[in-house]
Amino acid sequence: MITFEGVTKRYPDGTVAVDDLDLEIDTGRITVLVGPSGCGKTTTLRMINRMVDATEGTIAVDGKNVRDVDPPTLRRGIGYVIQQAGLFPHRTIEDNIATVPLLLGRDKKQARTDARALMDRVGLDTAFAKRYPAQLSGGQQQRVGVARALAADPPILLMDEPFSAVDPIVRANLQDEFLRLQDELEKTIVFVTHDIDEAVKLGHRIAVFQVGGKLAQYTTPDELLDAPASDFVRDFLGGDRGIRRLRFTQELDAEVAMGGPSGPPTGSTGATPAGSAEAGER
Amino acid sequence: MTPALAAELGGEPLFRWSYVRDNLDGPIWESLSEHLVLSFTPVLLGLLIALPLGLACARWTRLYPPVLAATSVLYAVPAIGLFVVFVAFTGLTYTTVIVPLSLYTLSVLVPSVVDGLRSVPEHVRQSAVAMGFGPLRRLVRVELPISLPVVMAGLRVATVANISLVSVGALIGIGGLGQLMITGMKWPGGNYPTPIIVAIVLIVALAVVADLVLLLVQRLLTPWQRAGRGARRAARRERAARLEEAR
Ligand SMILES: Nc1ncnc2c1ncn2[C@@H]1O[C@H](COP(=O)(O)OP(=O)(O)O)[C@@H](O)[C@H]1O
Ligand SMILES: [Mg+2]
Repeated sequence: MITFEGVTKRYPDGTVAVDDLDLEIDTGRITVLVGPSGCGKTTTLRMINRMVDATEGTIAVDGKNVRDVDPPTLRRGIGYVIQQAGLFPHRTIEDNIATVPLLLGRDKKQARTDARALMDRVGLDTAFAKRYPAQLSGGQQQRVGVARALAADPPILLMDEPFSAVDPIVRANLQDEFLRLQDELEKTIVFVTHDIDEAVKLGHRIAVFQVGGKLAQYTTPDELLDAPASDFVRDFLGGDRGIRRLRFTQELDAEVAMGGPSGPPTGSTGATPAGSAEAGER
Repeated sequence: MTPALAAELGGEPLFRWSYVRDNLDGPIWESLSEHLVLSFTPVLLGLLIALPLGLACARWTRLYPPVLAATSVLYAVPAIGLFVVFVAFTGLTYTTVIVPLSLYTLSVLVPSVVDGLRSVPEHVRQSAVAMGFGPLRRLVRVELPISLPVVMAGLRVATVANISLVSVGALIGIGGLGQLMITGMKWPGGNYPTPIIVAIVLIVALAVVADLVLLLVQRLLTPWQRAGRGARRAARRERAARLEEAR
């Protein structure tokens, strides 16, 4: 479990990015931080692996204050995925994926073998192993980013708008596979997005932030749609119409997940056969 | 040859193979090897100093404008002026040529190193931090390799410039192949173009070969660059093909 207690982040220029945050993030679940741009989602995420240090308050992972761990050591135990994937352009795909195991001093050959197994797992053709990131599409790079974050098998994964930069069809595809993967892996995932559809689709719990770094509501997707805690949250959900739409998509996704009668995957994927979604990514 | 030029040369042909044959093991070889030492030593020295200086300028950005100004001013000083100034300190030695040329190299390479480091995308730097690279490891394993193409471009410019600038040293008697030009100009009994032509040809050849070698080294060290270019070309071809089809 990751806990925030009275956490405030004030940047040197005086901006209060996160304001007195209390938050408990469940182990083995996906917790989504959602809110408009500039509301402090990235800052909150980065305080967990100490890329940003909190000004006040404490953040603890399984009861251990992150301040007591040296940052590189802390970070090697926490996977991190960002929007542009942040892959190393000068390293092959397999070496990108093997980055953290190699930092941890593992055997190079073993790390590469493991990297290929991971490629398979995240739905990447292992024929890409010796290629460079520039030779892959955006969606494929994002898969490499996820594989790289998983390579050292960290219990925690931080994801900052990982699917925002790819087109909607590829995004839906990545989201579905991400959920499937998480079913097997059961990592503790903190997932940042500004997209409420994505939050409802992926989140086990959703933390809605508002500008000024205030937590507006923290609850399950169902509760959020049933009882928005404030006008801000209701507006962010798109008002009554938005809430109805989100409910509808949520039910469709649930049916698809249960292999329901609705036939080809619809919902946020649109009426596109899975095959062409793959093709769009090449 | 025009009659005017022939008259000026006093009947001397533009090029005499016999000169090359007679002097190859002597003056030609000596000035060539001197030229190599005088042009490559400053490149190495310049690189050794430019790396930490460039790193410092990229790290503490306020340092960069004054350093850049200083190196630019330095670059504007004519080489012969610097050589003459340094004679006062280091006499008629190799050092007198090597030090000013190292300074020139520096003024080319410091901006290259800074630009190279700035070419590292911020998200790549951030993801290196997030994966647990300490500052030194991040520099050596991520930032410097990614800077390499830009630094190598600077290194090629500096190397070629040095190979050409060394000849100026001949004016103070230390100029590698430049020495052959002086020989040709000051030949007892009039002009003797052959040594001058030999010098020019060798200098140009040296510059071309050095540039090609460095280009080759760059290619070997940065295989991802060609991969990236190939991918972009393929994407362009594909787009063009699709457009063609649409028509
Ligand atoms: N390094 C920084 N220095 C100063 N202000 C910052 C810095 N990083 C972010 N901020 C500010 O803090 C606020 C929250 O930023 P961020 O956490 O990136 O929000 P989000 O990820 O939700 O868009 C914004 O107002 C942003 O401008
Ligand atoms: Mg952000």
